[in-house]
Amino acid sequence: MRTKPGVLRTQAFRIVLVYVLLFAFSVTALLGFTYWNTRRTLDAQTDQIIEADITGLTEEYHHFGLPGLVETVRSRTLHQGQALYLLVDHLHHYVAGNLDPWPQISDQPGDMVEFDFERSVNGHMETRRARGRILPVPGEFELLVAQDVHDRYLTERMFTTTLPWTVLLILLLGTVGGALMSSNMLRRLDTINRTSGEIIAGDLSRRVPLAGSGDEFDVLSENLNRMLDRIERLMKGLREVTDSVAHDLRTPLNRLRNRLEESLARLQAEGTQAGEIERAIAETDQLIGTFNALLLIAETDAGTTRAAMAPLELGGVAADVAELYEPLAEEKKVSLVLMPSSPVAIEGNRSLIAQALANLVDNAIKYTPAGGTVRVRAAVTDRGVELSVADSGPGIPQTDRPRVVERFVRLEASRNSPGTGLGLSLVAAVAHFHNAELLLDDNMPTGLEATLRFPQTAIRPLPTTLKNAAE
Amino acid sequence: MRILVVEDDLEAQRYLVQGLKESGHVVDEAADGDTGLNLALSRAYDVAVVDRMLPRLDGLRLVAEMREHGNATPVLFLSALSEVDDRVKGLKAGGDDYLTKPYAFVELLARIDALMRRRAPAGIRTRLDVGDLELDLLTRAAKRNGTDIELQPREFRLLEYLMRHAGQVVTRTMLLESVWEYHFDPQTNVIDVHISRLRAKIDKGFEAPLLHTVRGAGYMIRAH
Repeated sequence: MRTKPGVLRTQAFRIVLVYVLLFAFSVTALLGFTYWNTRRTLDAQTDQIIEADITGLTEEYHHFGLPGLVETVRSRTLHQGQALYLLVDHLHHYVAGNLDPWPQISDQPGDMVEFDFERSVNGHMETRRARGRILPVPGEFELLVAQDVHDRYLTERMFTTTLPWTVLLILLLGTVGGALMSSNMLRRLDTINRTSGEIIAGDLSRRVPLAGSGDEFDVLSENLNRMLDRIERLMKGLREVTDSVAHDLRTPLNRLRNRLEESLARLQAEGTQAGEIERAIAETDQLIGTFNALLLIAETDAGTTRAAMAPLELGGVAADVAELYEPLAEEKKVSLVLMPSSPVAIEGNRSLIAQALANLVDNAIKYTPAGGTVRVRAAVTDRGVELSVADSGPGIPQTDRPRVVERFVRLEASRNSPGTGLGLSLVAAVAHFHNAELLLDDNMPTGLEATLRFPQTAIRPLPTTLKNAAE
Repeated sequence: MRILVVEDDLEAQRYLVQGLKESGHVVDEAADGDTGLNLALSRAYDVAVVDRMLPRLDGLRLVAEMREHGNATPVLFLSALSEVDDRVKGLKAGGDDYLTKPYAFVELLARIDALMRRRAPAGIRTRLDVGDLELDLLTRAAKRNGTDIELQPREFRLLEYLMRHAGQVVTRTMLLESVWEYHFDPQTNVIDVHISRLRAKIDKGFEAPLLHTVRGAGYMIRAH
């Protein structure tokens, strides 16, 4: 089973994050546009007032000359308002107006200027923002006509300082919300994952609990449960079929064998040679052996066997099987070597794994010529836990390897040696049952190396009894 | 010895009963679970042979009820079902041994003998003797006619099992199950090779062999 992902790595969180970023971007764009548009409209209004003002002043100047202009400026500045005026001579000395001295121009949008000036408001001196235009007046005079736009300026400033904080807040709230949402989803998914894990481990009766809210998770869980009901029914059916096939074939085979034994006993009692009957019994036993192997393969492959899983130490299994076959190897003048291994326990069925290993060792001894070597090894590698048998026999041609694990496949070369042709199929079925792989490789310089590779996830802590035994 | 056979396949039952009678046992038979249970509880048997699948009362239930009634008669299950988990179930229900159909009659007989022997334990034994062969279970030493015999741990267990069943036929399957704890059939007969090794150690150089091959059945250790 995969380890469960953290909240930050869930799909839900990623979706929320993308959405939040998109949302923050939209908000920034929208507010930016509003800001830009409002400012343009306000500036246009101010500029209109200033233009109107200038038109009035220009007319005064045309009719009454410089004194008329000075008089008009003075009369317009009697009352404090939004309008600002400053008329200066060629040395920039004050002539008339409600501004003094000539201000530092801070900005020049188009033919307008913007600047800061000091003014007393309610008895305090205040720096304020103004927008206006500078007009040349004949005689090297200059006239500044402006409007106080400080209120607009303040709004603007507030806007530009608030915007980044707003976006930041959106991102923060969005992320927290996303995390909460995904942890909720994760909890639901976790329940489903845990249940699936238990079912994979063999408890087909488990069902995913429903939250009762009828949401999409409940719908998913319900569908899963329906699927599980069906699988359970199928598995049960398959098991029943296997059981009845076993029963219905074994019962007549049993009678057949009984009768043959009976005939044999009778003939022997009469002192007659009964070689034919003995051969028939041997054939029957071979038939029974094939049938048993097929049944075991079918059950193991389909996972319908209720073979008990328990932590078992692979080095011990390898040592036991090697010990069982050692005298046989010696008789064939083949040296059977058990490679040293550090103790490693996996979750598995001892009988099935021992049987698979026995089949591999049996094959290896069978195909290794006298003087050859068979190596049995249990080892932890970075790809998993491996149980392997390497021989120095003729090996299996690369092209035949996928075929040899199929049922009843026997290569031409071994057609006439004893065996059912089911040995490797059983090994493959046992591998399948344990989520392990059966790998067939070349053994250098000659021979075959058959490896059962169990996944890392099958590793279990060494049971204390095994630990003691291993020491 | 008195044996109860509960088997619903009448042909198989007839063969079983006849074979056991010929071997000198007294046999009662039943063809369904209810009758079987009644017999098992009303008479004293040395061994009961019970089929796993029986009409009326399943074989597993039958044995479980026998045990609930405090009946400790050793039970040998016969089963035509597939093997892997059924053996465990059978033993859990209170069975003492388990044999899958089809079986060889000698196998069945050897197992019945072993169950009867187990029934009458001669106290805790620390020493086994067969003729001039001695096995000390405490020091784990073997001696024949006073000469020490070096044995590997597995050879010791093999010899111990044979000597505990001295005078009885012990089949290859029984040895594989008891000495190696494997419940499968190794394709090649590896047990024979182990036996010939053991034979070389205990019989070689002695006039009277102790370890005998029983043709078509298995092995037996006996003094004469």
